Amino acid sequence: MSTGDMVKLNYSVNIEDFAKAGDISSNTKKVLKKLGIPSDITRRAAIVTYEAEMNIIIHSSGGEIIVNIDTAKIEIIARDYGPGIPDIDRAMQKGYSTASDHVRELGFGAGMGLPNMKRCSDGFLIESQKGKGTTVTSTIHIHN
Amino acid sequence: MNGYFHSVVLSEDSCKGCTHCIKRCPTEAIRVRDRKASISGERCIDCGECIRVCPYHAQKAVTDDLEDIKKYKYRIALVPPAVHGQFDTGIGLGKILKAVEMLGFDEAYDISPYCDIASAIIQKYYLEEEKITRPAIYSDCPVIIRLIQLRYPDLLENVIPLVSPMEIAARLIKTDTVSKKNFKREDVGVFYLTPCPARVTSVRVLIGLSFAYTDGLISIRKIFGSLSKNLGELQSLEKVEGYEFSGRGLKWGIIGGQSQSIVSKNYLAVDGIENVINVFEELELGKLKNMDFVEAYACTGGCVGGPLLVENAFVAKTRVKHLADTTHSPKLIGKEKVKEFIEAGLFTWTEEIKPKKMVSLDPNIGKAIQKMEKVEEILKKLPGIDCGSCGAPTCRALAEDIVNGRAREVDCVFRLREKINEIDRG
Ligand SMILES: Nc1ncnc2c1ncn2[C@@H]1O[C@H](COP(=O)(O)OP(=O)(O)OP(=O)(O)O)[C@@H](O)[C@H]1O
Ligand code: SF4
Ligand code: SF4
Ligand SMILES: [Mg+2]
Repeated sequence: MSTGDMVKLNYSVNIEDFAKAGDISSNTKKVLKKLGIPSDITRRAAIVTYEAEMNIIIHSSGGEIIVNIDTAKIEIIARDYGPGIPDIDRAMQKGYSTASDHVRELGFGAGMGLPNMKRCSDGFLIESQKGKGTTVTSTIHIHN
Repeated sequence: MNGYFHSVVLSEDSCKGCTHCIKRCPTEAIRVRDRKASISGERCIDCGECIRVCPYHAQKAVTDDLEDIKKYKYRIALVPPAVHGQFDTGIGLGKILKAVEMLGFDEAYDISPYCDIASAIIQKYYLEEEKITRPAIYSDCPVIIRLIQLRYPDLLENVIPLVSPMEIAARLIKTDTVSKKNFKREDVGVFYLTPCPARVTSVRVLIGLSFAYTDGLISIRKIFGSLSKNLGELQSLEKVEGYEFSGRGLKWGIIGGQSQSIVSKNYLAVDGIENVINVFEELELGKLKNMDFVEAYACTGGCVGGPLLVENAFVAKTRVKHLADTTHSPKLIGKEKVKEFIEAGLFTWTEEIKPKKMVSLDPNIGKAIQKMEKVEEILKKLPGIDCGSCGAPTCRALAEDIVNGRAREVDCVFRLREKINEIDRG
């Protein structure tokens, strides 16, 4: 049941900004803990925001992450401005990655980000337009 | 006993309200109000950071005194490697144990052989027989267990449910003494020489156990003077024999020693509470999956960096390492013996460790959300420089305190000035 009250978090994500990588996720986690959201749900939301943040940093030309929290659910919207994902089904496959060698050396590019995000979500949707950008929406229900 | 016993306490008389401690506390447990600091029992994990940083020594540790050992007919001291780090390595381990006995103990035992028992159980049972979720976390440091319980409850399934070497020693030695020397259980007192307040808490507010065999803990800093004096008296002696040590076990006093003694290939050893928090953040995100074993200590360098010690942590670390390298290590107990211990349930936790809920804005999620909205409103009016002069560690923490009625907006000096200006103009 939603009372209409909502906490909204809004973060912008810059490309190749590895120094701040993980900040959005850890900040989101702090907020969820302060709200008393159960720890397993908090952990799932942290994983989704982390993978979303990394994908925007690595694969896109920048974007933003919005987290909406009400009493019933957490909604995580990760939106970027390009280049888009040409084949979503393929991108969703475990182990599929187009990450460059340079990025792989940093420990990313296992091709597990999107599958992990889906596994942690109750609702999961990717919309993408070539040249325009990608929006990944994840919903996690709060049951307690 | 209330659930919030802590061995780190504040002495109101010495506290000057300087706010040094509020920023150092990793769980934001301290507030300064009306020029006095106070610690929230719900949040404190007894890491001792505030003891280290307080220039007035107002933060103190509750430990037992040497007087307390007199309550027992037979008195036993347990000596951890951190004690050896306080003295010159040339003195010799045996003399240090002797000097401890001279404080009024019937017998002193070195902890190192009991660290070996823990090493064997971890390696030969939990790791080799895959009895635990990877990466396995074992911590001989009670702060770490509290931290996991409070902030990373999902990692509890990775924690090896084995008691500390301190308790292993207390259990074996006490049982043995009672049967060999024909004492009643309550006649034998086992005292651990502690480098930190966290261990004191660990036997008062038990985690994973319903009963502790360790009867008391004595601050190493408090007895350092008497120990040095006793060592002086022993100076003329050639060498003191009759105690058991293990080089491998001595390494447990320094960071990395545990991992090395269980011969884990993929291990991660992390020291310093902030670093530990960073690693746990990664673990919680499901990273570091290829690790077998994680060893974590709240203090820099491991227990040689404990807040109730005298010697500089780095000097102590070098000394303990040297002693470990030059002391013989007996063979670890075999798989059969390990199995025997496990089956007897002698050293494993008997109680389930329940996650502790982090302090949220409100027990009701809906109300917490409303309060969070208010926090954001208030935050917009605060300067956002986290100066600490309001007595809260950050502007956000002050905003949260205001929402929960524990502080006022004018506690912020900037807001106060604005308010005064408004009145002047009005
Ligand atoms: N926001 C995005 N914009 C463009 N392409 C993307 C985006 N997110 C993912 N992709 C594409 O989908 C592929 C798979 O993404 P996924 O997150 O599963 O793996 P990865 O990022 O390559 O590796 P890992 O997440 O394991 O470090 C990426 O390699 C990339 O080609
Ligand atoms: S002991 Fe650690 S957790 Fe407790 S109040 Fe001091 S700094 Fe904070
Ligand atoms: S690292 Fe050792 S000395 Fe420091 S708090 Fe933990 S157990 Fe105590
Ligand atoms: Mg990815």
